[in-house]
Amino acid sequence: MVEIKDGKKILVTPVSKEDLADISIGDIVYLSGSLTTCRDVAHRRVVEEGRQIPVDVRDNAIFHAGPIIRPLDDDKYEMVSVGPTTSMRMEKFEYEFVKETGVRVIVGKGGMKENTERACKEFGAIHCVFPAGNAVVAATEVEEIVDAKWKDLGMPETLWNCRVKEFGPLIVSIDSSGRNYFEEKKVEYNKKKDEQVELISKQVGFIK
Amino acid sequence: MANEVQVEKMTDLMAKFIAHTAKKLPDDVIAKLQELRDKEDSPMTKVIYDTMFRNQELAVQLNRPSCQDTGVLQFWVKCGTGFPLINELEALLKESVVKATFEAPLRHNSVETFDEYNTGKNVGKGTPTVWWDIVPNSDECEIYTYMAGGGCTLPGNATVLMPGEGYEGVTKFVLDRMTTYGLNACPPLLVGVGVATSVETAALLSKKALMRPIGSHNDNEKAAKMEKLLEDGINAIGLGPQGMGGKYSVMGVNIENTARHPSAIGVAVNVGCWSHRRGHIIFDKYLNVTITSHSGVEL
Repeated sequence: MVEIKDGKKILVTPVSKEDLADISIGDIVYLSGSLTTCRDVAHRRVVEEGRQIPVDVRDNAIFHAGPIIRPLDDDKYEMVSVGPTTSMRMEKFEYEFVKETGVRVIVGKGGMKENTERACKEFGAIHCVFPAGNAVVAATEVEEIVDAKWKDLGMPETLWNCRVKEFGPLIVSIDSSGRNYFEEKKVEYNKKKDEQVELISKQVGFIK
Repeated sequence: MANEVQVEKMTDLMAKFIAHTAKKLPDDVIAKLQELRDKEDSPMTKVIYDTMFRNQELAVQLNRPSCQDTGVLQFWVKCGTGFPLINELEALLKESVVKATFEAPLRHNSVETFDEYNTGKNVGKGTPTVWWDIVPNSDECEIYTYMAGGGCTLPGNATVLMPGEGYEGVTKFVLDRMTTYGLNACPPLLVGVGVATSVETAALLSKKALMRPIGSHNDNEKAAKMEKLLEDGINAIGLGPQGMGGKYSVMGVNIENTARHPSAIGVAVNVGCWSHRRGHIIFDKYLNVTITSHSGVEL
């Protein structure tokens, strides 16, 4: 569901397709509830090996991230530092991954492409960017590490199922209509870049 | 002071300084980020900059590395031939990285190539990187420290242009990199450019350029003009913080240069992310320390 608090739009898991309907690229949202770190090998296991993901991410969120975790007593863990990793590495798997798992919110760094756009549009999901380099902010928004699965993958790749509170800011980079913020921006950046190359080139004719 | 005692002292000081640079950005970077933050006005850029500043405050408060990617450690040393620990320097720098890795803690970022395993100590064959400049008739040792994260290492590129391509070719080479890789390397970026005679000379200069303070200029008037042109040009692309759009893209552009072969222009570009974890520390022969990059440090 969606909650508005102090002007913040907060997605609370479980999130439905309808909750995402009026969220567009460039919007800033926050997330409360279930967020599971999930990156390279976990995607491969689900998509290529057809394994069932051992944490239920349906209508919940995943985070492309490899955290630093401190083990506590009684099989408990503390989140020390967690930041997004480049989402593009998961692009190859993301359509199938969303289809298989029913995940609604994908959080990571940088843009993704057609496979993810298609998944977001067909199944009603979004991709968001957590501003990178802010690992301490992200870690302090994790209230508790609830579960850890596929621990054989090592600390960065384990599925760390977290309960988060107002996790964000999350900037929507692909919305559920399939629009892609970075791809639209890139057109603009490239146009301006070409103009600047031309402009600067006129002033650097140092070889005469 | 016996030699072992000195080695231990310098190792310890370097480990503490490295740990500090993982948690607090250098003064010039903080000042520039504040300036850029104040000049941006869209709600999205405000939210991103607020998050960045809150993160840096929390890192100091909670005594944690501000970014989870604490990089591969790289040192550029300018060591006097009369510095008492010149023989031990490279080994003690490696030891100081191991020490900082456990004390800070830093992430284990050294993967042996070909054997492809993580050493678990954050050091390996040739890491930390150490570049040497030997300074004759000096008994001091000046060290630049740098945490080269994965995200900002990725845009690095070098090539050799034909002279016919000229500085126009250099411009295109640098700007093309900004819109393909730069936007994912955590802008606002510090851009280092090397203009020299071959790939490796240009490449090394492009990294050394990142050690120069923000706002400093190349001594050569034309090179300084080109720094300004590139800075304004990349800003005009409007990458904004995190590459999500804004009025500015970079914290600065630093160019370093050497002479070149008449038939070649070596050019390289290297970028530092907004979390530009660079340090600068000077040891005298008694191991008294001067830190120029960070104010208020107690080691």
